[in-house]
Amino acid sequence: MRHRIITVSLLTVAAIYFLTPVYWLVVSSTKSSSDLFGTFGFWFHDPHPFDYLHRVLTYDDGIYVRWFANSLMYAGVGALAATLLSAAAGYALAKFRFPGREGIFNVILAGVLIPGTALALPLYLLFSEIGLANTYWAVLIPSIVSPFGVYLCRIYAAAAVPDSLLEAARIDGAGEGRIFSTLGLRLMTPALVTVFLFQFVHIWNNFFLPLVMLSDSDLYPIQLGLTSWQGYADRQPELYQYTVGGAFLSVLPLMVLMGVLQRYWRTGLTEGSVKA
Amino acid sequence: MRRVSKAPRRFTRTEARSARAASGFLLPFLALFLLCFIAPIAYALYESLLKVERTGPLGLGGETKQVWAGLSNYAHALEDDRFTAGFGRVLLFGAVQIPLMIAFATALALLLDAASARWVGFFRTAFFLPYGVPGVIASILWGFLYVPGISPLVEMADSMGWDVDFLGRGAVLWSIANIVTWQFTGYNMLVLIAQLKAVPGELYEAARIDGANAWQVARHIKLPLIRPALVLTTVFSLIGTLQLFAEPKVLKPLSNSIDSGYTPNLAAYNEAFTSNNQHIAAAEAVLLALVACVLSFGFLRLVGRRGKDGDNG
Repeated sequence: MRHRIITVSLLTVAAIYFLTPVYWLVVSSTKSSSDLFGTFGFWFHDPHPFDYLHRVLTYDDGIYVRWFANSLMYAGVGALAATLLSAAAGYALAKFRFPGREGIFNVILAGVLIPGTALALPLYLLFSEIGLANTYWAVLIPSIVSPFGVYLCRIYAAAAVPDSLLEAARIDGAGEGRIFSTLGLRLMTPALVTVFLFQFVHIWNNFFLPLVMLSDSDLYPIQLGLTSWQGYADRQPELYQYTVGGAFLSVLPLMVLMGVLQRYWRTGLTEGSVKA
Repeated sequence: MRRVSKAPRRFTRTEARSARAASGFLLPFLALFLLCFIAPIAYALYESLLKVERTGPLGLGGETKQVWAGLSNYAHALEDDRFTAGFGRVLLFGAVQIPLMIAFATALALLLDAASARWVGFFRTAFFLPYGVPGVIASILWGFLYVPGISPLVEMADSMGWDVDFLGRGAVLWSIANIVTWQFTGYNMLVLIAQLKAVPGELYEAARIDGANAWQVARHIKLPLIRPALVLTTVFSLIGTLQLFAEPKVLKPLSNSIDSGYTPNLAAYNEAFTSNNQHIAAAEAVLLALVACVLSFGFLRLVGRRGKDGDNG
């Protein structure tokens, strides 16, 4: 019993630490810019949540909604394409023997260890040479390459897709493409969910790549848009309030997603670490 | 004898067929990997070896052209005190923040593993939530909680007679460390919990029958068994630390203590976009990637060698 009390109180202290900023954000999203500065941050003061959030959504011809849609597009399309490419590559590396296989795998694995931001700058220089900088493609293309996804898919496919099943399908006369799409993808589903979520959050959270690549604010994802508001807030104080409200709106869906999806996270992520 | 001589040839034939099928699956990924990983590295290496030379009187007004620079960009980067200081800063940051965060995540994972089931769901979700907050948003958020005038934390400390300055010279690095810890502890905790769940329950029962208490089970059974997950989370944290960018960039307008070269990434970014010197920026990006690879591989080798026999759990 004493053990349980100690455990729960320690966990509660940790929960307060993790939830305090979120609580502050909820409270502050209901305040005007002047109340942000003038009133106690951990308590409500003359709350007008819908009024202020409405202004966030309509400010500057609704640019916020556009940023949000951009983020959804980058993360959604990018993660989906990344998952398919990783699945195919991981499957090939797990289920076929060919010369150079381990070499290719090691190069991809090294890609996991290279910091993305070290690549972003040269990638920008390269993309501006070929005229891709400041387009949707500039953010989308690098987002669909996930070495970690390939790594995870290879390990998962090696364990979850039995060779005998593939042999049987081959004897039945099925082509390799069909075997992959009907058997491989289905057996790898748990890993694919993980790769998709992992990549979705990764793209959604990515700041450096869009910052480097994009100069047209119509193409911005939400984070980039919010920092541009924050940057102007000194001159236009109401932007403080919009930054806070915009931040609140932007984390809302991801937090719901986190709450729902953490279970999938647990199943998939360790497939990699247990067997590595 | 015939069979023996035939066998290797048949093997290569299946190998060739296998390679053909595999390449169909691999090529789309490899093509993009080439474009987004190999090519930028090659291009950065190439750019880092060039410099811009201005022809014309006094280097003004005339034409500019790229000329061979050898290693002078690297020399320039390494002689730049601000750049090397930034590197030292992130290494110090990593040496303190990573162990603290991993220890924190491990403690939470073990506590949750020991807690009664009723509470686990709530706490796990509460700890994991910040991972859904992007680094930029987390920095904006904590920025408000650090700035005097808005921050209720500073106000509360003030009313108790404490004079705190989260954004001061000595404090700001650890204020950034707090943001990173806040964001990623829950994520690391989940990875560790997943590994804990993979431990067979009989192991605990056997230990309990042998008279081990909760602390001994945690120390001697659980900790060694989650070692692979600890290694994984540490390496990812290491790579993340070297890339520190969003947090100092967002806090920079709020604090005089953050300069344009506060972290290597910030330095390279400013070199490229503020000073318009992409050749030095390329050299700095190459140095950053190099250090990241050396450190990650070094760490993996270090723990790989020591843990060879203990890892087969």
